[in-house]
Amino acid sequence: MRVRANAVIGGTLIGLLVAVSATATFWTPYDPLRINLRARLRPPTDLFWLGTDEFGRDVVSRLMAGAATSALVALLTVAAAVILGVVIGVLAGFVRGWLDRVLMAVNDTLLAFPGILLALGLMAVIGPNKWGIILALGLAYSPSVVRVVRATVLSVREREYIEASRVIGNSEVYTMARHVLPNCVAPIVVLATSMFGWVVLAESALSFLGLGVPPPAPTWGNMLSAARPYLDQAPWLSIAPGLCIALTLLGINLLGDALRDKLDPRMGAA
Amino acid sequence: MLRYILHRLLMTVPTALLVALAVFVLLRLVPGDPAQLMLGDTATEETLAELRAQLGLDQPIAMQFLYWLGNVAVGDLGRSITNDLPVLPLIFDRFQVSASIVIVAVVLATLVAVPAGMLAAWRQNSLGDLLIVGGATMLLSIPSFWLGLLMLLFFGVKLGWLPVVGYVSFGEDFGRALAYVILPIATLTLIEIGVITRMARAATIEVLRLEYITHARAKGVPEGRVLWRHALPNAFAPTWTLLGLILGNLLGGIAVIETVFTLPGLGRLLVDGIFARDYPVVQGCLLFVAIMYVLVNLLVDLLYPVFDPRVAAE
Repeated sequence: MRVRANAVIGGTLIGLLVAVSATATFWTPYDPLRINLRARLRPPTDLFWLGTDEFGRDVVSRLMAGAATSALVALLTVAAAVILGVVIGVLAGFVRGWLDRVLMAVNDTLLAFPGILLALGLMAVIGPNKWGIILALGLAYSPSVVRVVRATVLSVREREYIEASRVIGNSEVYTMARHVLPNCVAPIVVLATSMFGWVVLAESALSFLGLGVPPPAPTWGNMLSAARPYLDQAPWLSIAPGLCIALTLLGINLLGDALRDKLDPRMGAA
Repeated sequence: MLRYILHRLLMTVPTALLVALAVFVLLRLVPGDPAQLMLGDTATEETLAELRAQLGLDQPIAMQFLYWLGNVAVGDLGRSITNDLPVLPLIFDRFQVSASIVIVAVVLATLVAVPAGMLAAWRQNSLGDLLIVGGATMLLSIPSFWLGLLMLLFFGVKLGWLPVVGYVSFGEDFGRALAYVILPIATLTLIEIGVITRMARAATIEVLRLEYITHARAKGVPEGRVLWRHALPNAFAPTWTLLGLILGNLLGGIAVIETVFTLPGLGRLLVDGIFARDYPVVQGCLLFVAIMYVLVNLLVDLLYPVFDPRVAAE
């Protein structure tokens, strides 16, 4: 019952995010970048539903464009982290020996940094831009994928059906792809779901600090950062972008709970 | 027990060394010549060469690392490029601000969240459980910097109870200092309640299924005592590990909270360092927080047997 409710609410919120992001790629009520100094800091009206910002830009349009940016960055980052994590995890788990030891030493070192700190350090080197964030966060979050994949590979590689696949003459690579990797899919899906949430949060935090997607391109994080000085003058600017981040994270968390309960029913609503 | 402690202590050494290596390599990836960055465009070739020699930049890279590591070992993290102050005292100064907020928030959050999580687990699937889990999931989903902004908007701007910008240290004026840190602490506490409640609930559910709990109940032990004496110690162990991770993550991510509340903490020092391309400061902060994270987790692991003696016995 609870699993169902979690899945429905979470799915609806994330579905909404996807729909809004997709729409924003070809249509927004106004141009999210068009400056109109005569309409600065307007409170919400029929013309501008959520008001305008300090440059007179329409907040709704900027939120929509921001959704598209956040969703795209998060998707590409998760994809990068998963691909990197799977490749390294499989290598470590399958080849073993010294390569495994070196890879895991590096991996554990990266895990010894809190994710956001590692991302901050990498952003210091790469410099703030969209691709920099994807690279930094992808690198920062891949070590947890490596751990999951390697553990799964190690636990199944000695099973009889793997041996059988080798005996009938299948190559190592084929055996890996066809028989070992599918075991990793479920844990990776669960991990990737929560990771999407972490990345949305981390990207908005970096953008809020001015180390993420640089203005004028709108993201929820840099909109909040720009709103801070106008807290008493234009409070609506501080409310809408944060609400968007919170609803996205809520959707992801509920969806993640539903997925985990499904795969590990003991924790669920039984 | 002693073996467990020694083993855990020894494991920390290579981790700390690798962390140091990672920070060193990361900052070497920065494009450009550090000496040029420090002296600016107007520097002559001789002064550049002199500084390079002084910083050891003319040595092979492995020697540079050892040289830097030697300095780090005696607490010399170099000098800030922007104000020429030694980096380590600067870090300690800022760290006090961040640490006091983070530690108070985590302690407060634990005191609320562990009982809440246990209560939810005890009456799993009841209305109370639903409300607690729902509330925790909601808190978990709110970005800390947004909650901070909302707090400022409500208590600072609308009600005018608390200051919106600034900081006073506790040594200067205790009452005013308190007014500046209440909101950041409240923000972090609320956010962390979400994570800890969910963990405490999950851990308690696992424990309540075990036979010794059924046994205690069958003996007629009152429910309050079952929860308090029998379930809590075992249910707290995984939460304890989580607390270490939370502390580290908060220290890493504290910059956003310090930005919202304009607090002169460690996170702000790091971010300002990044903007100013003040690499000794950036390097020092990264190393300091990463080592703190390793040490906090070491402490958590060393104290773990207090909650779960089985670990040390293995």
